[in-house]
Amino acid sequence: MFHNLAQLPRYRGLIQSLVARELKARYRGSVLGFFWSFINPLLLLLVYTTVFAYIMPARFTGGDEPKPFADAYPYSVFLFCGLLPWTWFASSLNESAGVLISGGNLIKKVLFPAEVLPIVTALANMVHFFFGLPILALFLLYSHAPVTPGELLWFPVIVLVQLIVTAGLGLLLAALTVHFRDIRDILSNVLTLWYFATPIIYPWQHAPDLGKWFLNANPFTHLAISYQEVLFFRGPFGHWRWLLALGAASIAFFLFAYFVFDRLRDTFAEEV
Amino acid sequence: MDDGRTSAIDVVRASKIYRRFSHRKQFATLKSALLSRSLIKNLRPDETFTALDDVSLTVPKGRTLGVIGRNGSGKSTLLKLVAGISKPSSGSVRVDGRISALIELGAGFHPEISGRENVFINGIMLGLTKREVTRRFDEIVEFAEMKEFIDAPVKTYSSGMYVRLGFAVAIHVDPDVLLVDEVLAVGDEGFTHKCLDKFAEFKRRGKTILLVTHSLGLVERFCDEALWLDRGRIKGSGDPKRIVGAYITDVEKREEQELAAGDAKARESASTVIVSPDEPASAVLPDNPVETATGPADMFRATEGRWGSREVEITDVALLGADGQAGHVFQSGDPVEMRVRLRAPLPVEDFVVGIGIFNAEGVCCYGTNTTIDELLPERLHGDADAVFSIESLDLVEGTYKMDVAVHKMDGYPYDYHRLLYTFRVKSRAKDVGIYRPRHTWRFSGDMRFKPKP
Repeated sequence: MFHNLAQLPRYRGLIQSLVARELKARYRGSVLGFFWSFINPLLLLLVYTTVFAYIMPARFTGGDEPKPFADAYPYSVFLFCGLLPWTWFASSLNESAGVLISGGNLIKKVLFPAEVLPIVTALANMVHFFFGLPILALFLLYSHAPVTPGELLWFPVIVLVQLIVTAGLGLLLAALTVHFRDIRDILSNVLTLWYFATPIIYPWQHAPDLGKWFLNANPFTHLAISYQEVLFFRGPFGHWRWLLALGAASIAFFLFAYFVFDRLRDTFAEEV
Repeated sequence: MDDGRTSAIDVVRASKIYRRFSHRKQFATLKSALLSRSLIKNLRPDETFTALDDVSLTVPKGRTLGVIGRNGSGKSTLLKLVAGISKPSSGSVRVDGRISALIELGAGFHPEISGRENVFINGIMLGLTKREVTRRFDEIVEFAEMKEFIDAPVKTYSSGMYVRLGFAVAIHVDPDVLLVDEVLAVGDEGFTHKCLDKFAEFKRRGKTILLVTHSLGLVERFCDEALWLDRGRIKGSGDPKRIVGAYITDVEKREEQELAAGDAKARESASTVIVSPDEPASAVLPDNPVETATGPADMFRATEGRWGSREVEITDVALLGADGQAGHVFQSGDPVEMRVRLRAPLPVEDFVVGIGIFNAEGVCCYGTNTTIDELLPERLHGDADAVFSIESLDLVEGTYKMDVAVHKMDGYPYDYHRLLYTFRVKSRAKDVGIYRPRHTWRFSGDMRFKPKP
């Protein structure tokens, strides 16, 4: 396993060009092309804002001072802070589940390091996430969000932890889906549930006590809270202990996922 | 040269066993596996299929090995093991040097992006660096003859273009060991020649080639050694001419058995299916070989069948080769005898024995009978043989069917066997048509040929 893992850096040229290919191929043929990377999160945000600000208005306490959620902008910004990373996470997992099967030709006919495929998926979606960041930055500026440079230094750390979590889960799902095809169908429902079990459309403080305990067990909770604290809420970044713990756990999880993937590797060419 | 001393490919007692999960075929879901709590049990194989069985081979550096064998004999599995795409279930495989496998060309192409971008990504997938691809790019495009289309998305390519580009990339990886799986079947004549030239160049440069092919001529001309796989085992290896010869003999033997079984089946159904006399025979004839008393209204629409009064019966038909043995496969130009066994319980004085040969398209290649050949019947009683002797079977390669009949001079059928006998003609020459006249070429003036190497 460690021998194969050590090979991974050698594939960076391959990973790089495959990520570039994914990005190029995704919007090939559409009129707006690359702009969809910006427009998609914007439209998504519009939908959520319309629903939670106007159709079923939510009461909202942000940070320390409680304020009625009257104006739509801060809530949109809060939502965006969690939604954008979630989109990266969810679409990576959805795509990873099918990535070995759709790339079956490569695995069966070419000597190809299969673990590259789910990793490319996680990275390509990360790049999409980056494309959404300018929009988020505009919103933050517009709503005078209390972002400080010191807090912003944590941002790359959060992204890195999320990347490791996403890549680890992607590897595991990709390998298992080869043997159990219906993971793909289960997954979309699990992800919907997971989404609502994560403080993205509501702040963590709003959850009941039992719910809080439950939320803490969800790794994406800590990512979402970290993003929200760094970008949206006033005050120092207090969640860093959780984040670093999650980071350590995610590295262990990635190694575990890679181990499972490596054990199943030889079966891919036959089962895909 | 260190030929023969160091080997490029070493396969030692390798077996490949594919597992088949019949449970999982029915309930291939995680949910059902969890529900029935048989996750572990279901992961155990129910039956296995041995694709390769204890195969050992060594290819010295710079040699070309041709692998032949029938479909499903394990050729491609062997190639995949050598390529490292799959692992042997037992035994070991070692390859020295960079491998390029021409197994499926353009396997990694993404349809939406241009040929140019795909060349780069494919090259990197096959182990080149970006700079190496850049350096070889023009050569690749030129080899693939794709200059004007290289910037179009790959989804707009024809299958020939797709394969050409894939081949061009794979061959420019500059491997030490080249694995080729029947890829020359694609592409037009010109491109095939170009590929062969490229292989020859590889050979000259001392590269090792493992070639899986059904083209036996290619193995004889091109390979230093041949390996014959049969049902996952090595059936022979060594000199290409000898191995190919042995393989052809074996194929003929199998065909022989298949043809014999097919004929027996046709005859059996011809004598068991009984049609009521009122039913128009021709209506059922195209589908079912049948036996009727009178024969179909339009004889030439009949496919297979048997009819006649049986006052004289054909009890056996055999094709005898030069050695006097009954067979179904003959070389073009061989002497052949067709022996028709007849039985007349009561003496008859009006009888004609006829034979017709039809090719696969149903064209009558030749037909004659004793009357046409100016033999007038006198008497037939009891068991008798009529032998139709052909000095030289001058037919082109193909499968032929025979009509054998015995009837009265006015056409009244005693026993008519329509297309119930099959034989195959084999030929090394791939000439076309039906009939091969005995021929030679003669040239005058300044016109010369040299024999094919």
